[in-house]
Amino acid sequence: MTRPPLPLPPLRRPRPADLTATFAGLPLPRDINLPPYRRRELTLLIYAGVLATSALAALTLADVGQLSLGVLTIGLGFFCLWAMAHIAVRRFAPAADPVLLPVVVALNGLGLVMIYRLDLARSEAAKQAGRHIPPSAAQVQLVWTLLAMIVFVLVLALVRDHRKLARYAYTAGLAGIVGLMLPIVPGIGTSINGARLWLRVGPFSFQPSEVSKILILIFFAAYLVNKRDVLTYGSPTVLGLKIPHARTLGPLLVAWLASLGILVVQNDLGSSLLFFGMFLVVLYVATERVSWILSGLGLFVAGAVLAYPLFGHVQIRVDGWLHAFDGDNPSSTSYQLVQGLYGFAAGGISGTGLGQGHPQKVPFANTDFIMASLGEELGLTGVMAILTMYALLVLRGMRAALGAKDAFGKLLATGLSFTLGLQVFVQVGGVMRLIPLTGLTLPFVSYGGSSIVANAAIIALLLRVSDSARRAPEPPSEAPLFDPGAVSESPTQVVKTT
Amino acid sequence: MNRPARRVAVVCMVLFAALLVNANWLQVGQVHSLKTEPTNGRQITERLERERGSILAGDVEIARSVASNDQYKYQRQYPAGSLYADVTGYYTLFTAAGLERSQDVFLSGDDDRLLASRVTGLFTNQQRRGGTVLTSLVPAVQQAAAQALGDRRGAVVALDPKTGAVLAMVTSPTYDPSPLASHTEKTATDAYGVLSADKAQPLLNRATQQTYPPGSTFKLITAAAALAAGRHPDDRIAAPNELKLPLSTVTLPNFDGETCGDGQTDTLIHALTISCNTAFGQLGIDLGDDALRSQAEAFGFNTTFPDLPVSQARSVFPSDLDGAQTAQSAIGQYNVRVTPLQMAEVVAAIANGGTEMKPYLVSELRGPDKRTISRTSPKELGKPISGDVAAELTTMMESVVTAGTGRKAQIDGVTVAGKTGTAEHGTDVAPHAWFVGFAPADNPKVAVAVIVEDGGGEVGTGGAIAAPVAKQVMQAALDRP
Repeated sequence: MTRPPLPLPPLRRPRPADLTATFAGLPLPRDINLPPYRRRELTLLIYAGVLATSALAALTLADVGQLSLGVLTIGLGFFCLWAMAHIAVRRFAPAADPVLLPVVVALNGLGLVMIYRLDLARSEAAKQAGRHIPPSAAQVQLVWTLLAMIVFVLVLALVRDHRKLARYAYTAGLAGIVGLMLPIVPGIGTSINGARLWLRVGPFSFQPSEVSKILILIFFAAYLVNKRDVLTYGSPTVLGLKIPHARTLGPLLVAWLASLGILVVQNDLGSSLLFFGMFLVVLYVATERVSWILSGLGLFVAGAVLAYPLFGHVQIRVDGWLHAFDGDNPSSTSYQLVQGLYGFAAGGISGTGLGQGHPQKVPFANTDFIMASLGEELGLTGVMAILTMYALLVLRGMRAALGAKDAFGKLLATGLSFTLGLQVFVQVGGVMRLIPLTGLTLPFVSYGGSSIVANAAIIALLLRVSDSARRAPEPPSEAPLFDPGAVSESPTQVVKTT
Repeated sequence: MNRPARRVAVVCMVLFAALLVNANWLQVGQVHSLKTEPTNGRQITERLERERGSILAGDVEIARSVASNDQYKYQRQYPAGSLYADVTGYYTLFTAAGLERSQDVFLSGDDDRLLASRVTGLFTNQQRRGGTVLTSLVPAVQQAAAQALGDRRGAVVALDPKTGAVLAMVTSPTYDPSPLASHTEKTATDAYGVLSADKAQPLLNRATQQTYPPGSTFKLITAAAALAAGRHPDDRIAAPNELKLPLSTVTLPNFDGETCGDGQTDTLIHALTISCNTAFGQLGIDLGDDALRSQAEAFGFNTTFPDLPVSQARSVFPSDLDGAQTAQSAIGQYNVRVTPLQMAEVVAAIANGGTEMKPYLVSELRGPDKRTISRTSPKELGKPISGDVAAELTTMMESVVTAGTGRKAQIDGVTVAGKTGTAEHGTDVAPHAWFVGFAPADNPKVAVAVIVEDGGGEVGTGGAIAAPVAKQVMQAALDRP
């Protein structure tokens, strides 16, 4: 009996081959045939632009009571700025995930509007007190955004194959550590709010640890891909745990201890936590061994117990977290935290509306505590939306990792997305008093140049990995491995019973 | 490597879930406790954006909000300056006191009873407005009390004995709440710093928050206990020139070494009229400290008056007294302490036929549209003495004013009932001068308690120093339409 071969359901809905040619005017490689990823990206990008523009419009209405054409112009300008990044993705990573960039743009837009809103409050307060009106943070941030967009395009254009980054593993690792050390060099390093993390050139300050994070991750990933067999199998077992040889572990431990040590010296608790988490996760994913996580957490606990009595600022942070409302803490050690919480409470479910709350009452309202500012004026609704956008960002990054065809790409994308997620958790969790407060910035939203530039580079790398994962696999050879027709022609096999 | 990567993704989602749960807890569950946290200055600041309701005394606005052109929309004003400060309290950028604090929910417009006007406001796009609080204070009486007290330290409380309405509540020295309400933080903090550092304690409401030895005014309570125990105003009681205190070498003398009655005994009414210490000391010993205490507690000692929106101190009649201490307590010395409000309540109860009314300061709440939302109905607090005892006490108190120590409280054409007090409280300072009383004696319209601390600096009796103040306050209360 013969049966016609059942048609297999198509993996993706068939689309006309020339759909991408809708954008013929925009640079897109002509020779690849893809679903309209970039058109989706453009649509989402328009949403993001509309979101930022309406936020600005709401703020303007609250501030001056009427709308002007200027709002639309600024909104369009903002959209055009990121549209350039979109064009770069079309050209250099046409198959990449279409969600990542629009989410980044939406977050960046909200951040810029909030920074501008706090500028307004500051200049108002300065006017009241007869002081000199401070320079606009929003303008500086806009310059940094432009720079971030350029770095984004440069990373996409220069890193055409992420696997090639693995070749520069040791260089990257060394550069990363040197970058971390730079702020303690006298002369170029500056100390802001008790932590020595910044490089100051003219009016711009730069936090090199943000970039070092990426460089060191590249080193971790490349090194682990190289040595993962040794790490996974070639190790003696002690107490049920496979302990690798010191020779294998050496460079890793050196890199890790160096980065942690420097961070401890520089008083940067948040980044230490971030590096530690990143290291642990990459190690776990590379070796698939939970024992690494366990021993890593053990190390963390031991380190925390040892470090706690030695570092006064850690104790202050923990005390300000546990006893935020007790005694004199609300007016001293936990002042910022408690003011931030009051901001969240003032916002409630629906928020006061942009320009109608008092987020300027919280110290560092446009950097570390920008989530409290957003929580006050956009309410729980806004906070949940923003957190969901970050979750989306992390999940999409993870998806790129899962799809990556090479181990290095997987490790790099996992590390980058996890670090992004962990940073948001440590940052927002700290501001919301879920965990002790550590000084980190909220990616794409906080005021701060190094943060947005480094995070734009992270997104570019994720898009790069995603692009290589989503490109259609090499077309299979014309000859099928087996011909269904041939099978149906052959005589039916007799089932022998014995 | 996909399995561990998936797990990492799951871990990330758990972290985000924790953040989302925390955000809900923070911005929904914890909102109330965060907003009422004492270090949270936002609540009040937020309300400077709204038109806060006025506080009225009669038709007079004693606290109001006017549009301001600085960083906040409304400025709180106190048009009468310091006159009502101890009742209204103040409303600063960071905190509030007095009625401004206790009635805050209503004044700010957050009260549920203002929901209706809030809902209409939602549709007419009006800013939320606060309700108006009408106090029971009568401007003329308040004015008279403040004027009569002058710049001497002390307090005056005037009550309507039939309702418990507080007609006047004056304390001296006091303060002007206006600089505290300044929107310039430094002006406000500086003003507060000066006031709180002042040794004269201008921020203290002496009428309710300060306790004093009641001195001879306490003899009213001793007399009430005696009458309740079956004595009559004309009964003769022991009244030696010096009372030997039991189990003690100390003796209790009469004021200025005067003689009561025949030097051995005196009538109860005459002993009160001339405020005989030895007679009431012996009476206290005879009645026992338990009888005195239960009579005092029936008037409201050892507790505070409920629902009164100002801070109160408790008036105290001590426990476990020996004979000597009982004798001293019976004439309002030893450790007996009273607030002026408590003494006003005692005489108000006597005036009201033995029924003590619950004192109140807020007589009416009105919506932003001036419609009455709630009106305070007078409530009985208790019946510390019978009608007969009240009548007998009234007769005795009339005798104090017509023929005794309280002559300076006499008002032409009106019978006044009263009792003076001269409370010693140290060896180097002049005694506190007290006068408590009510008028007219046959149909009381006002009950009053006056204390002038340290006699206002001059050595003198309550009859000389405090009675004239009480007279002017009662006069003002009787003159009102």
